[in-house]
Amino acid sequence: MTKRLVTIGNGMVGHRFLEQMAAKGADWELICFCEEPRVAYDRVNLSGYFAGKTAEDLSLVAPDFYKDNNIQVHIGDKAISIDRANKTVTSAKGVTISYDKLVLATGSYPFVPPIKGNDLPGTFVYRTICDLEATEAYTKDCKVGVVVGGGLLGLECANALQNLGLKTHVVEFMPRLMPVQIDDAGGATLRQKIEDLGIGIHTGKSTTEIVADEHGRVHKMQFADGTELLTDTIVFSAGIRPQDELARQCGLKIGDRGGISIDDNCQTSDPDVYAIGECALYNNQIFGLVAPGYRMAEVAADRLCGSEANNFTGADMSTKLKLLGIDVASFGDAFGKTAGSKVIAIDDAIAGTYKKLVVNQDGTRLLGGILVGDATVYGTLLQLMQNQMALPPHPEDLILPPRSGVSMAMGVEQLPDTAQICSCNNVTKGQICAAIQDQELRDIGSVKSCTNAGMGCGGCVPLVTDLLKAELKKAGIAVNNHICEHFAFSRQELYSLVRSQDIHSFQQLLDRHGTGRGCEICKPAVSSILASAWNDQILDPSHVSLQDTNDSFLANIQRDGTYSVIPRIPGGEITPEKLIVLGQVAKDFGLYTKITGAQRIDLLGARVDQLPLIWQRLVAAGFESGHAYGKALRTVKSCVGSTWCRFGVQDSVSLAIEVELRYRGLRAPHKFKSAVSGCTRECAEAQSKDFGIIATEKGWNLYVCGNGGMKPQHAQLLAADLDKETLIRYVDRFLMFYIRTANRLERTATWFNKLEGGMEYLQAVIINDSLGIAEELEAEMAHQVATYACEWDVTLKDPVKLQRFQHFVNTDAPDPNIVVVAERGQNRPVFEHERQLLQIDR
Amino acid sequence: MSQTESINSTIQQWTTICPLERILPNTGVCALVKDRQIAVFRVGEGTDVYAIDNYDPFSKAYVLSRGIVGDRNGIPKVASPIYKQNFSLITGECLDDLTIRLGTFPVQVVDGQVKVSS
Ligand SMILES: Cc1cc2nc3c(=O)[nH]c(=O)nc-3n(C[C@H](O)[C@H](O)[C@H](O)COP(=O)(O)OP(=O)(O)OC[C@H]3O[C@@H](n4cnc5c(N)ncnc54)[C@H](O)[C@@H]3O)c2cc1C
Ligand code: HEM
Ligand code: SF4
Ligand code: SF4
Ligand code: FES
Repeated sequence: MTKRLVTIGNGMVGHRFLEQMAAKGADWELICFCEEPRVAYDRVNLSGYFAGKTAEDLSLVAPDFYKDNNIQVHIGDKAISIDRANKTVTSAKGVTISYDKLVLATGSYPFVPPIKGNDLPGTFVYRTICDLEATEAYTKDCKVGVVVGGGLLGLECANALQNLGLKTHVVEFMPRLMPVQIDDAGGATLRQKIEDLGIGIHTGKSTTEIVADEHGRVHKMQFADGTELLTDTIVFSAGIRPQDELARQCGLKIGDRGGISIDDNCQTSDPDVYAIGECALYNNQIFGLVAPGYRMAEVAADRLCGSEANNFTGADMSTKLKLLGIDVASFGDAFGKTAGSKVIAIDDAIAGTYKKLVVNQDGTRLLGGILVGDATVYGTLLQLMQNQMALPPHPEDLILPPRSGVSMAMGVEQLPDTAQICSCNNVTKGQICAAIQDQELRDIGSVKSCTNAGMGCGGCVPLVTDLLKAELKKAGIAVNNHICEHFAFSRQELYSLVRSQDIHSFQQLLDRHGTGRGCEICKPAVSSILASAWNDQILDPSHVSLQDTNDSFLANIQRDGTYSVIPRIPGGEITPEKLIVLGQVAKDFGLYTKITGAQRIDLLGARVDQLPLIWQRLVAAGFESGHAYGKALRTVKSCVGSTWCRFGVQDSVSLAIEVELRYRGLRAPHKFKSAVSGCTRECAEAQSKDFGIIATEKGWNLYVCGNGGMKPQHAQLLAADLDKETLIRYVDRFLMFYIRTANRLERTATWFNKLEGGMEYLQAVIINDSLGIAEELEAEMAHQVATYACEWDVTLKDPVKLQRFQHFVNTDAPDPNIVVVAERGQNRPVFEHERQLLQIDR
Repeated sequence: MSQTESINSTIQQWTTICPLERILPNTGVCALVKDRQIAVFRVGEGTDVYAIDNYDPFSKAYVLSRGIVGDRNGIPKVASPIYKQNFSLITGECLDDLTIRLGTFPVQVVDGQVKVSS
């Protein structure tokens, strides 16, 4: 007969245990008692409940998992006694079940300090979804909330109260925050950061009494030093205690300060009873984190399935968290308790960061550390410590801001295969690499789902990503030049297909040469090709779904979902009348105005429904689209030139305007920029542009393929002393040749650097027509110039196109989430932390 | 007893948001349904419609309806217009970060009208 295994507790660890049993296909009848009214959920992310996640979102149990695996779960039924002699468990609902083996996974309960008034209406704990539901309901008409306890959970809880719109205080008995994890200096940095968020911090406060108001509800707290704090509600988060009630009652061995004693096999003093998770005590230690609990679940499942492979040997209590948006990490011997250990600490009051390393006597190995305010190096440090790797000669470099030129980051290649990458799910580098190779994984999503790495707290995802990249590189999976999974062609190949086969829509191209439905990579690229080839309107019905939001709303999206408006100001020349119009429009719509680096004016903060109204005014005043949203010509910058400048030898402004008007709206593989300077002093910085023109005594010099930005590059001289007609002809040819042959999102500088033959080759093609395509290129450009139309002008005349400029399809209301605050006399979008201070719901 | 939680059999409430032709093929719109911003997408030329949250958890802006619609390995998805993470239109799951999942909503086309239930 099948033997019966009863599990008590269906929390995170109890559920993981049942999953393991199911996965191992164990021959057991599985029964579980679950005290809470719902099956296991993600307690680690409990606070997500207040950020809008539902109980379903948090659930850890796949739909029908228990049914499909024949596991009986008694939901909402608490086990109340164990009879070890007769091997039975009895529940609150009166069910008595016999067992062959028993697993206790009862977790822990919140400790509520013995203070008078600790049970008044308005006091809560923070452990279960039920606790949160009760807190949320009660605090609906509260203004102030206090969290008792300034540890990890207390601070998370303070964040939750603040999200509920309460003025929040934290009261801590010890003299600093997070006394268990971090030291005085780290606590001070953390305190400063949290106070900056508007949360009151009261450390070294011992509460003597909680006083009720006339309705008997929480009203104020009194402290031993005679001070008081008024509050409407109190949440206790003063630590956890192992839930060992049942084990005590049936006489299992219990630790002095609680916890069910277990050995390496997760067996209690009764070999038929196992204990796992937070209720278990191993080596006199309770593990208040989920990862060690998961390890215990694996070990117990192995034993019960007859495998001796795996022992529980304790667990690392290193943690990294984001508390109230602030990184906090503590690992290994954070307090330097190891004999002879030395400390390197950097307390950067300006950046608001505190970083500490504990190293061994001769400074060659890392023993532990603390990071507050910036924990980006946590992954690297943890690996150095866990694998006992040799430290670099100047270990302080690990926590100093990188000095220019020196890269401190440790490559993932240096890690041994046994290095644990994901501590939540205990996945090693070797396992991840094997999965990438054997299952031919190519993206981070599949690495996560196939190995489970990164599926817990998420802290290891950057490392996992680095591993994936390194593996792919090693395997020589040279990223092929296919544009994406939908087309086995490069951009250049698609461009020639479009032209040679006279293809006019994405659907046509997809039907003939692609698969699937397309994506955010191929759609905008093909749209750009179609525009370069045929110059159809990008908002025409067959093209509109291809556009990035910038193109599809003819404006640049900003971080809050509003847009910027940049009208064309050719050559940077603008009349006072037009300047006044810009000012007036900005004023009327409450827009933020700024001069861009490209000699034009940016109006920011326009809602999608305001864009047509704004452009109506601008077009009426003679403005047209500046294409700041498109992969197209931006601007042709100019200096004032010979018209005013005492050095000028040519009229740079007139030429800049002419060039800008010629190429305005031209779509290309990437954006491109130009400039014209009136003499060799080069005030317009033309040599940093995709094509730059500099006046000489005899005509114009043409420079190409320069770049500013991340990787500056000087443009190179293509031809000198040109008359205007020749200059324009060469630019026509140059731009069209680039459009034909460049990769997606490749600026002219990068394109040029890959061009075999370099400048000589380019000169041969452009000047001497070595490929015999010059006439074609010029004709293509002539078509573009002749068919130009201002996209905004066209759109404003088409009521169907305008329908899309609305935030909601079913009401005229604007997006309520867009909120601005004033700064230096103008509007700007709020930042997230200000939303909390302003108590704006989202 | 096994895990049999009673299935909520209350009648589903449908809100009509717009005629189907207001959603151009392979694009999305945003609807306000009981104070919740819902992004509704039309995949292909027909009546294949999906509804997920309009909220982009990465940028914290309500913009997903303005993303590019496409597919990854056959799964219909939308790419956030801000930082380009992809979300499955079927499950609401972020395909680039499996720890994140958006709400999904029942949606149907009846007599040429798009209806959402929240
Ligand atoms: C707000 C919060 C944030 C956290 N953040 C993190 C974090 O970032 N990282 C981390 O590693 N850990 C974190 N933790 C801790 C983590 O949640 C626990 O380590 C983990 O849940 C322990 O799992 P468990 O199964 O042992 O206990 P639990 O998840 O508590 O499950 C025990 C279950 O057993 C039930 N039970 C108890 N007695 C009985 C009985 N007699 N009969 C039937 N059922 C019973 C309980 O009701 C409970 O549902 C956090 C905890 C909280 C509350
Ligand atoms: C991949 C790299 C780049 C990205 C993602 C980027 C992004 C942007 C964005 C989003 C804007 C529009 C801002 C708005 O909404 O108003 C912008 C404008 C601008 N950027 Fe960049 N940029 C990049 C590289 C560069 C480089 C290399 C330069 C300079 C050489 C540059 C100079 C400018 C200028 C001058 C403007 C204002 C444009 C105008 O007036 O039309 N950018 N950029
Ligand atoms: S580049 Fe020459 S012409 Fe133009 S402003 Fe400078 S000095 Fe004057
Ligand atoms: S430099 Fe960076 S922040 Fe500034 S506009 Fe360019 S992309 Fe935005
Ligand atoms: S370490 Fe938490 S998910 Fe990997």
